[in-house]
Amino acid sequence: MCKIVKKEILVPNTIYLKVEAAEIARKAKPGQFVILRVDEVGERFPLSLAGWDEDRGTLEILFLIMGKSTMKLSALDEGDCIRDIVGPLGRPTEIESYGNILSVCSTFGIGPMVPMIKALKEKGNKVVTAMEARDKASLFWEDRLKSVSDETYVVLGDGSLGKHRRVREFITEYLESGNKVDRVFAFGRIFMMMDCCRATKPFDIKTIVGLTPIMVDGTGMCGCCRVSVGGETKFTCVDGPEFDGHLVDWELLIKRKRAYLREEAQAFNLWQPDNLRRIAELSELPERISVM
Amino acid sequence: MAEKPKLNLNRVPIPKQTPEVRRRNFNEVALGYTDEQALEEASRCIDCKKAGCKDGCPVNIDIPEFIKAIRAGDMPEAARILKSKNSLPGICGRVCPQETQCEMTCNLAKKGGPIAIGRLERYVADWERDHPEIAEQQKERIRFNGKKVAVVGSGPAGLTCAADLAKLGYEVIIFEALHVAGGVLMYGIPEFRLPKVIVQSEVDYVKSLGVEIKLNHVIGKIATVDELLENGFDAVFLSPGAGAPVFLNIPGENLSGIYSANEFLTRTNLMKAYLFPEYDTPIQVGKRVAVFGAGNVAMDASRCALRLGAEEVYIIYRRSKVEMPARLEERENAEEEGVIFKLLTNPSRFLGDGRGRVRAVELHEMELGEPDESGRPRPIRKPGSEFIMEIDTAIPALGTRPNPIIPSTTKGLELTKWGTILTDEASGRTSKERVWCGGDMATGAATVISAMGAARRAATDIDKYLRGSTEWS
Ligand SMILES: Cc1cc2nc3c(=O)[nH]c(=O)nc-3n(C[C@H](O)[C@H](O)[C@H](O)COP(=O)(O)OP(=O)(O)OC[C@H]3O[C@@H](n4cnc5c(N)ncnc54)[C@H](O)[C@@H]3O)c2cc1C
Ligand SMILES: Cc1cc2nc3c(=O)[nH]c(=O)nc-3n(C[C@H](O)[C@H](O)[C@H](O)COP(=O)(O)OP(=O)(O)OC[C@H]3O[C@@H](n4cnc5c(N)ncnc54)[C@H](O)[C@@H]3O)c2cc1C
Ligand code: SF4
Ligand code: SF4
Ligand code: FES
Repeated sequence: MCKIVKKEILVPNTIYLKVEAAEIARKAKPGQFVILRVDEVGERFPLSLAGWDEDRGTLEILFLIMGKSTMKLSALDEGDCIRDIVGPLGRPTEIESYGNILSVCSTFGIGPMVPMIKALKEKGNKVVTAMEARDKASLFWEDRLKSVSDETYVVLGDGSLGKHRRVREFITEYLESGNKVDRVFAFGRIFMMMDCCRATKPFDIKTIVGLTPIMVDGTGMCGCCRVSVGGETKFTCVDGPEFDGHLVDWELLIKRKRAYLREEAQAFNLWQPDNLRRIAELSELPERISVM
Repeated sequence: MAEKPKLNLNRVPIPKQTPEVRRRNFNEVALGYTDEQALEEASRCIDCKKAGCKDGCPVNIDIPEFIKAIRAGDMPEAARILKSKNSLPGICGRVCPQETQCEMTCNLAKKGGPIAIGRLERYVADWERDHPEIAEQQKERIRFNGKKVAVVGSGPAGLTCAADLAKLGYEVIIFEALHVAGGVLMYGIPEFRLPKVIVQSEVDYVKSLGVEIKLNHVIGKIATVDELLENGFDAVFLSPGAGAPVFLNIPGENLSGIYSANEFLTRTNLMKAYLFPEYDTPIQVGKRVAVFGAGNVAMDASRCALRLGAEEVYIIYRRSKVEMPARLEERENAEEEGVIFKLLTNPSRFLGDGRGRVRAVELHEMELGEPDESGRPRPIRKPGSEFIMEIDTAIPALGTRPNPIIPSTTKGLELTKWGTILTDEASGRTSKERVWCGGDMATGAATVISAMGAARRAATDIDKYLRGSTEWS
């Protein structure tokens, strides 16, 4: 059982939590993740570590509400407990002194990027960050990224900020105008990371991406998280989650992620009325007012 | 000497759910003996002076004595005898391959009617579970000796080693990677062969001895073996099993709808996908399922697939019936339930539906040639025998490899060429001081009871070493 000590709604569909998990906090490294189970009937699902505090014994995670599991997690409040958290899982990011780093992130990729940039800076790298969001309303943690990066650029999908709508356009222009980049790290939506790899490929710049396939155990026991990298099958939970993006079979990853769309929709739709009923009970509404 | 009694060689059969009914539910297949049946079976035992049965049991249960107690109607005594040697009798009575162990060496086996020792063991364990007050009375008083042992993994090996050491006064903490204790007993072996309440009640027994189980702790990640040794543990027993799945390595294997047996069984048993959407974890089976391999794991996967609603389930195996590694009983159970065996057949590739899901598998026929290094006839591909079989789900059940998390994070642990941890069989010692190992991680995939036997030997050696009566080397 891990207690939630802080909860923030960053933007309407993205939640930030700080939870008590002292042992994990002591061992966490950039690029690692945890697997959670919200309650007794819950599925096991992974979330990246967005921060940790060894002294206070807390972890930070942030997540996008996608379906039933993340919705259930978002329904918990400060003081509530998450049934199970296991970690830290996965290989940590390889933090070396590379020189000039371009870090690219969007949505839930912004979380793990913060500790990663900090670690890269400590190794003497120069880090330029480009963050992508759909529009101004879905932008968060711009200040955090600014405070850890040397330079920060924001790309908004609705074009309301500068001329770029996609981070890919930004990267291409940035590289074409002669900026030297030794390594790129990209975290976030799969399409964004894929796009990013397309942009860096012509310049032959190694691009590390954080893959997010469906997982079950997270310890290399089931093979559910298998991806194809450079023609070889890898288990993301133990061999990754970070891989060389130019070698990833993106099509396979996307198809495997969609394997349960029907079941996910079914679970979500059945859960919602159930949840409304629970909210009604909890909030002691007068009996006449029926929610359902 | 009294007159020799007449031998009765008719084993009392165990009642089972009928195949037509059980193939669609997850309830236990074998229903267990009634009191009368147990007494009748126990009465067949002739209480041999040189009881062969005992030699066949890796944890040395005093078999004639516990059977005698059943005959005498003294169930608390029967339970006590079992528990003194085996902390998990309800599990072993159900899943031990008795026909190659205690029942094979029973003196009556030569005459064709060994005592159904496993079924009697199960009967006693089930009786005890229904009478918790007896277990309470029998609880031994344990005095802590001030020494601390860490056990990694809560499968049968880990539970056994922990229970044995706790009874000797050690403070034992088990670290388990998953969110429940039990290892393969929880995530692999299906509910209909081994109900999970039984596993949990035997886990609870181990806890009642004072053993603490820390769930959600992956050793190698949250703490390394070296850190355990540095931070107050006097010894470490490694029992993380051999949990990494092996795939066929043929084209198309990463299509959706292709599950390792581990994933398929974990979703079904551990995550209770058969209760989806009441439980959140989904599983897909569709109408036609192909399971590759013919061991016990393949039988379990195929029988789960039937119960999840598949219309046709195939076992696809490249050799013939006689080479099938599964226990005869499990094979018969699968056959009765309607699993179709396609022998001398091997897959060469999977075909997708264009949207990333498996649609079919290409198979070819095999014939048997000269024996290979395993001593079994080598299967050879028949040229030109390829054909396509439409399927919705494929489950490679080809065995497992040791998981590398612990070896790769522990200094000074020597491995074998199979990736298992090099372990002295008699003592369980590894090449690293104060570290012992047992179970599937030491031997490769084996059996529950052999894992328990190894754990018991290690516990004995750990005790000897920590009491200072032997040196490390
Ligand atoms: C290493 C890793 C790190 C991740 N970090 C984060 C993070 O920091 N923040 C965040 O918001 N999300 C993260 N994800 C993705 C997150 O796990 C999924 O969004 C979440 O599981 C969705 O569950 P759901 O029930 O709410 O949605 P569902 O309705 O079940 O699924 C929505 C989509 O999420 C994916 N998904 C479903 N189940 C799983 C599962 N068990 N494991 C992985 N993906 C699944 C599928 O693509 C699915 O189509 C990470 C994934 C991985 C593998
Ligand atoms: C489907 C199936 C059916 C079977 N049927 C039978 C049968 O009928 N009869 C029989 O005798 N045998 C059977 N077996 C084999 C038997 O289950 C195994 O031989 C036995 O469970 C091995 O025990 P173990 O304690 O070594 O490992 P396991 O049971 O594998 O337990 C290992 C435990 O360690 C945990 N672990 C792993 N790594 C770590 C880590 N780094 N840190 C912390 N914890 C970790 C795992 O999560 C797991 O819980 C079957 C196996 C399978 C897969
Ligand atoms: S534990 Fe297994 S081998 Fe030993 S007596 Fe019981 S069934 Fe037989
Ligand atoms: S060998 Fe068979 S008959 Fe003899 S004591 Fe053992 S179980 Fe009974
Ligand atoms: S999630 Fe099971 S092997 Fe990676």
